Order: sequence, then C-alpha cells, then structure tokens
Amino acid sequence: MASIDTEIKVTPEIAAEHGLTPEEYARTQKILGRDPNITELGVFSVMWSEHCSYKSSRAHLKRLPTRGTHVVQGPGENAGVVDIGDGLVAVFKIESHNHPSFVEPFQGAATGVGGILRDIFTMGARPIAVLDSLRFGPITSGAGASDEEVARNRRILDGVIRGIGFYGNCFGVPTVGGEVAFEPCYSNNPLVNALALGIARRDELFFARASGVGNPVIYAGAKTGRDGIHGASLLASAEFSEESQQKRPNVQVGDPFMEKLLLEACLEAMRTGAVVAIQDMGAAGLTSSSCEMASRGGVGIEIELARLPQRETGMTPYDILLSESQERMLLVAERGREREVFDVFHKWGLDAVEVGRVTDDGQLRVLNHGSVAADIPAHAIAEQGPVYQRRIATPPARLQAPAQSISFAARGADLSANFRRLLASPNIASKHWITEQYDSMVRTNTRVGPGAGDAAVLRLKGTKRGIALSTDGNGRWGYLSPKIGAMHAVAEAARNVACSGARPIAATNCLNFGNPEKPEVMWQFSESIDGIGEACRALDTPITGGNVSFYNETLGKPIYPTPILGVLGLLEDADCALGSGFRNEGDAILLLDGNQKAGVAAELETEFLSSEYAKTLHGIVAGTPPVIDLAAEKRLIDCLVNLASERVISSAHDVSDGGVAVTLAECCFTSEGLAAEVRMATTGAQESANKETLRREDGLAAEIVLFGEGGARAMVSSSPELLARVSQIAAQYGVRLERVGTVTRGEFRIQYNGGNLIQGSVDSFQNAWSGSLAAALKSA
Amino acid sequence: MKFGVVQFPGSNCDDDAYHAVEAVVGQSVDFIWHQSEQVSGFDAIILPGGFAFGDYLRTGAIARFSPVMRAVDRFARSGGLVLGICNGFQILLEAGLLPGAMTRNKGLRFLCRQVHVRVENTDTPFTCAAREGQVLEMPIAHMEGNYFCDRETLAELERNKQIIFRYVTPDGVVAPDDSSANPNGSLAAIAGICNRERNVLGLMPHPERAVETALGSGDGLALFRSLVASLSGQATISA
Repeated sequence: MASIDTEIKVTPEIAAEHGLTPEEYARTQKILGRDPNITELGVFSVMWSEHCSYKSSRAHLKRLPTRGTHVVQGPGENAGVVDIGDGLVAVFKIESHNHPSFVEPFQGAATGVGGILRDIFTMGARPIAVLDSLRFGPITSGAGASDEEVARNRRILDGVIRGIGFYGNCFGVPTVGGEVAFEPCYSNNPLVNALALGIARRDELFFARASGVGNPVIYAGAKTGRDGIHGASLLASAEFSEESQQKRPNVQVGDPFMEKLLLEACLEAMRTGAVVAIQDMGAAGLTSSSCEMASRGGVGIEIELARLPQRETGMTPYDILLSESQERMLLVAERGREREVFDVFHKWGLDAVEVGRVTDDGQLRVLNHGSVAADIPAHAIAEQGPVYQRRIATPPARLQAPAQSISFAARGADLSANFRRLLASPNIASKHWITEQYDSMVRTNTRVGPGAGDAAVLRLKGTKRGIALSTDGNGRWGYLSPKIGAMHAVAEAARNVACSGARPIAATNCLNFGNPEKPEVMWQFSESIDGIGEACRALDTPITGGNVSFYNETLGKPIYPTPILGVLGLLEDADCALGSGFRNEGDAILLLDGNQKAGVAAELETEFLSSEYAKTLHGIVAGTPPVIDLAAEKRLIDCLVNLASERVISSAHDVSDGGVAVTLAECCFTSEGLAAEVRMATTGAQESANKETLRREDGLAAEIVLFGEGGARAMVSSSPELLARVSQIAAQYGVRLERVGTVTRGEFRIQYNGGNLIQGSVDSFQNAWSGSLAAALKSA
Repeated sequence: MKFGVVQFPGSNCDDDAYHAVEAVVGQSVDFIWHQSEQVSGFDAIILPGGFAFGDYLRTGAIARFSPVMRAVDRFARSGGLVLGICNGFQILLEAGLLPGAMTRNKGLRFLCRQVHVRVENTDTPFTCAAREGQVLEMPIAHMEGNYFCDRETLAELERNKQIIFRYVTPDGVVAPDDSSANPNGSLAAIAGICNRERNVLGLMPHPERAVETALGSGDGLALFRSLVASLSGQATISA
C-alpha cells in the first residue's frame, strides 16, 4: 500500500474522501482554529468514524439502563465490570467484527476474538471464556439460494470457525458457547460477534486514564506495520459494494501467540504496581488509545513516532497513527519505575519502549523526529465528535412482512417426518461440528460447555461460585418487530442463564444494523433500544457495555435488525449448575410457564408465522414475534433459580426455537440414551382463553402446540419424590406447572389430545439433528 | 515429592497441570521457566499443553531448543520421570526423547472432545495404579495429534510394550479406521507412548483436565496417582 504524502494540502475533497461530511470538516477547523494537516485529518476521520465515535447511536444509547447493584463499571471503559462477591469482579463485553469477517473470514474472525480479549485483560482481568454469536447466509441449497451463494456462505463460515479456533485455542481461552443462525439476509453480510469474560480482583482493576504529568508513555507488544490502516474503523463505517473484496489489505492479521505473551506480560507488569494506566490499540490504533487515555485522565500526551517499534520502513506519521496492527498496548507508568515495566515485557520477549510522556496541556501532540506531525486537543477529538439525531421513519407498509397463512395438518396427522425436517434445519441442528473445533475446556473451569446446557457455566477456582453466560438474538423476530425482537433477545439470554441455575445480573449488547442514514434502519435501531431498555429494566440486567455495528448492508440490502444480548449470571454454588439433558429414567417432565393466561388461538396463529417451523416447512417469514410478557419472564427466571439452588430438578431447558417438541428432543439428545413419553392436551386455561373460537374436541392446531415458540417457558425434569416441592416453589413464584410426561428408555413419543403425533426411536430423530450441519459443511 | 511444570511462553495448560497436582492430587508443585538451565529438586516434570512458541512452524520444533529442554534431557536420561501432555508430547517427539512424529489430524481440523483410551501397559510409573485394559475417558484438544512412525519403530514400540494408551470405542475396542474411535487418525490408534526405559511418557489426551468429575471425568487421576505411588520413597534425581 502506498503511503500518503505528508506534505499534501488538505482540501474539502480530501476530507470527503476520508468520510468526513462538510460539517464535520468545518468542525475540525473550528477545534484546531486552522486547517488540519493530512495526518490530523486522518486522525479525525478514524476517531469520528461511526465505528469509533458512535455518532449515530450515542443519542439513543442513553436510554439503556446502565446501573445496578452489581455494576462496578458501566459503558465507557474497555469493558463492563460487575461485582461477583469474594472480592472478585467479572469483566465482560461483546463486540462485532462483521465487516472484516466478510472481506477476509479467517483473519477477520481471528482478530475479532483478539480485540475483545485485549479489552478484557487491559482492565487487569484474566480472560476465562469466549462466546461467539454468528450469523451466516444459507448453507444448504433450495429456498432461493443459488449454488454459488451457498458455496460462498460455506467458505465464509468455514473461515470464521477456523479463525475463531485459531486465535482462542492458541491464546488459551476456552470458547464455551454462543450461537449460530442462518438467514438469507446475512449472505453478503455475516455477523461475527465475540464476547469475552475475564476475572479480576476488585481492588486490582486497571483503567485507561492517563495521569501524572511527566510520567512516561510506554508502547508494548507487536511492532507497527501498515496492516489495517482504516481497518475496523472505516470498514465498519460504510456499506459494502461490489468492490469490497478489494479492501482485503485493510483487514488486520492476528497473532494469538503474540497476544498470549502480551496477556502474561501485561498482567505481570500490572502486579509490579508501576503501571498507572493502560489501553490496548484496537480500532484506530495508536490514535484512539492515546486520545482516549489522555481525554479520560484530563491530561495531554506527547508521542515521538521515531521511537515506535516499526515493522516496515518509510512509514509516514499518517500510516503509523492509523495502523491497526494487532497485539499492541499503550501504558502510562510511574516516572522512575519504567525499568520494572520494561523488564517484565522483555522477560516475555516483547518490545517495550518509552515513546512519550504525559503533559499538562490536554493536547495529543505527535512528533516525528522532533517536528510536530499532529497537535490536537485530546478531549475534543475523543468526546466532542459529532452526535447525530438521525431521521427516523416507520417503514412503509410494503417493507413490513406480507400477511400470509399456513394450512395446518389434518387433525391427528403424523408429524414425525415434518419434525425430522425441522430438526435438520441448520438453525435447529446440532452445532457440535462447529464447537468441537474450539478448545472449550482449557483452564479447567468449564462446568457446562457448548451444547450441554442453555448457558455456559464456569466455576471460579478458589470459591464456591460459578458464572453463567448466554448470548441470544433472533434476527427474524427483529425484522418482524424490532422492539419485541429485542425484548425477546434479552429475555431468552436471561432465561438461558436461569435454566443453568444462575441468577442473571448484568448484560452486554452488540447491536447489528443496516445503514443508519436510512430512516427506516434508524427506526429499527431506536425501537430495538427501547425494547432492550424495557427488558433489561424488568429483568434487572443492566447493560454494562457493548458495541454498535452499523452499515451491515451490501448492495443496499440491510440485514435483519439483529441485537445480540449477552447475559451474565451468578451461581452462589457452582455445584447447583444444571445442564439441559435429562438425567434419570423415571423423572417427571414438567413444563413451566410464567404466563398466567393461555394464548388466544388467533394470536398464536399469527405468531406461528414467525416460527422456525413456518420458515423451514412452509418458507414463510411473516406474522409477529410471540407476545412478550416481561413479568412472566421474571417469574419464570426467579422460579428456575430457586429450583436449581434447592436442587430439586435434574435438568432445565428453555422452550425456544422449534417449540416444545424440539426442546423435548434436545433434552433427550444431550442425555445418555434417554427418551421422553409425553402427553399434551388442551388445558382448561386454553379453553377458557379460547372459548369463543375453540370447541373442546378441536383444541389448538397440533403444530402450534408442538412447534410454537412463545417465551417464558422451560422444560424441566425432576424425580417424582421431589415433585411436591417443585410444585410448591412454582406456585410460590406464580409459575404454572404442567406435568407433561416421563423420562424413559423407550421410544420418543409426543401425543396431543390423545393422538400420537410424533413417534420414533430417539436415534432416528437424533441422526437428523446431529448430522445435518456436518453434511453441509464437510465439503467446505 | 515435588512436581515441576515447565512454562514455555505459549504454554496454556500450565496452570491446569499445576492445579491438578496441587489442588486435586495434593502434591507440591512449582513452575519451571523455559530459560531455566537446570531442573534440580524435582521428582517429576510435566511438559504441559499449549502452543509453546506459537507453533506456526511445526509443533514443538522451536521449544526443543529451549535451555530448559537440555536440562529435561539430562533429567530424563538419568531416570527422572517426564510426562508430556499434548504440546508436551509433541515437544518430546521433536526433542528425540520419544520416537515418531505428529502430523495434522486426519480431518485437518482442530478437535476438542471427550475420547476413550485404553491402558495398554500398567508396568510404567505413569500407569501402575491403573488396570490393564482399563478404559479412561479424557478430553483431547489439538490440531496435530495424528501420530506417525515408520514400520520398524512401530514394531519396536509394540515389542517393548511402549504403547501405553490407544484410542478406543467407549467399550474398549480399538478401531483405527473409525474416526469416532480414533479421532485424529493416529497410526495403530496410538494415543500415548513411553520410552524404552519407561520414565518418559507422552500422550495427546489431557489427564489434567480429567481429575474432577464435576468437569466431566476423573479418569485422568489414574496417571497422577500412579506417579505419586511410584515416586513414594524414591530419592530425588538431580539434573
């Protein structure tokens, strides 16, 4: 890549090429009191990019709840921090790396993991888990996807999976969970969201606030090269066009071994007590790390670029400041104790050099061989960037999903074949083929690993406690109703955490949307924020951080609005953690339902149009997401946490994609050879809710009962002797409990109103579920 | 009795091995830095899993040149017990302390899963507390675990009963061509071997991840208990 000529005179045209609007360019002139030079323009352009400045989202993000009893640090630092007792804190955040992962799947995903890990250990926490939330286009032909498109999606998925594994496995952090889903809208815009969790002592946290005028600024880690100039910052701040593949050189290259060294060296350097502040160089590299450290500390920073370890010759100040070379850190040390910091980094074989000092004038001053290359007020560039109230418009009716209907199967029809198709659909099918390419056990804390439970559970060595984590988000529901879809994302993640036995205490979010300059995208965003805010308030899971990813569009087509929620839960006793699989033959199978009223048939039919079943079996994406009742969700969560802590249930699995039938099947698949014998019937509550529309012998359509996806429900199993206590607890929390069946070693069978609707050996269903992803992807 | 866990810069199962020995097995243990020139004062040395020097070149190819490996070599040649787990096994192969080599897994993908291995020989300090033919459940997590050696070496390994663990089905049947029973495609389903003198063992599965049933399996304890039993009463080896 050619270097930018430093002598070039900045014009409004050049500013526009850097993505600055005329108003933003004028703002730079006002802040500086003069025209910026080209280096300064580069600095402004990355710092004020959508990715770094949150200029379109900032006004809305204020509506999210960020405080709570456990919150130690909310949004605004490298990651959120919550108190988990015993003097410990959990440090966690989710971040996107969507655009780089489309351009170069392997390195894009790898550096996405690397970036979020640095955010965690920058705060002094050792990373103990990673979860990935991934979205891809279709990987099976049919349903309108061309062979070429399918092949490309498979290649993207393969590269992303390998990249995540490559980085996490080598670094030594277990990849313990997450989810993978497929929809056509992600074909040219995959989503790669990575969440990392670390643990630190509360009194040993580090922050990115420079202080102490005269203190040395130290650069540590990998050398700076030209890779990733305008990488995360600009790639993620514009839509994709047909030329986007040419942006491959803008994607950074990851070195997990270097990151492992950096982790150990940083944690060891922090223990010396000589480190004042520390910030990783992520998006916008040296520029953002120095600006943000200075701005947060209310000081200035002066840096001499000639002292920076460089991988290439002839780099200009512009190149160096904007480089997004990975695995680099900027530290402020105590003057006189820098030797202690250097010694630690050298022990780990890393570069560490003094490149500047903390000043009292609030300026980010960049020198190159002694001459000033850039001189900008740090606070102004970090905090006084543009904030937009983008126009919001409810989409016109044509953009709303068209009205459609499903013709239900005849009463009493055998649905086993349909069920097998549903189980084999990539969204429902086992993700084992993917997750076993990740080391999910390193650091020996994984109590409940990928696929074994609704949430990943990690024990905390040296304490009795455990932490549960789940990420969730249903793009299809976001598309049909952004607000309700977002609420479901929060509720499902929290419910999953509760199914594992943990009490949800905090959340992090990754908001994946289209082009914010389009009013209907902004409407989706605003609605989603409202939904997340409402749900997080109701469920006591404040947002502690996260990331917004706009411009997820290619050739003008936006993705479904896809907010991904990561919810963190706390187990007082890790031994109470629950998996989703049945444990004992003879256990009672119980359906817990936080909803106090049964659904109305007409509404349930409309909701059913948004289900995985409607999509897989009928090719329909329509209707509305299931109604969400946050009070019902809260009742169910409290009930589940209590059941787990009293150890009266053997397993818990929430009812989500694919409804009751898929839930029951998965409870069998994750058990050791157990099956379920289930009888469901139109209940009294359903009858009274539907007395206008239903006659007793009809009941609801069997497909709605079996495959409908309403919230606030979970399938648990319990030994018959403990049933009375389970019922008592459920009643105490106002949760309806229905005994629907028994765990057996026989056939898998579900009856509804007396007829066998699904019947067959567990193996016959499990084969459909476990083999389909591998079959589609082995050729990738 | 003192265990040493070698730390290469990219070791990432070092803490796990340390935890297993200290917190679960209840023995004293210390880390040994890779630049250490000597390993005196230890009774058994563990080379843990990880990516010693990033392993971009070939697993263990750089680690074998570490100063500590000269000391480990002396320690081993004077009869000290050396256990190489995963990357540690790969390093022992590169260092020539064990015969053979690793290639990429047959499926060319990283694999992390619970596997079953059969104890083929209990006449070693690493397996003396196990039963011959006992099936142990332990996890693997590696990209290069496809063991290979030439025909003569294999014959020698067989003759000297140096094959200590083989990948098997859950009920203990060796099936080298079945990818579920022999996940990485290893020659003769070899999961772990020892040297002729029986004091150096390398295996791909992770016994240190299988010492607590709460985490899935306690079967790895068989190795650590064997080590403790065979070291009890034995004099410290200096190297």
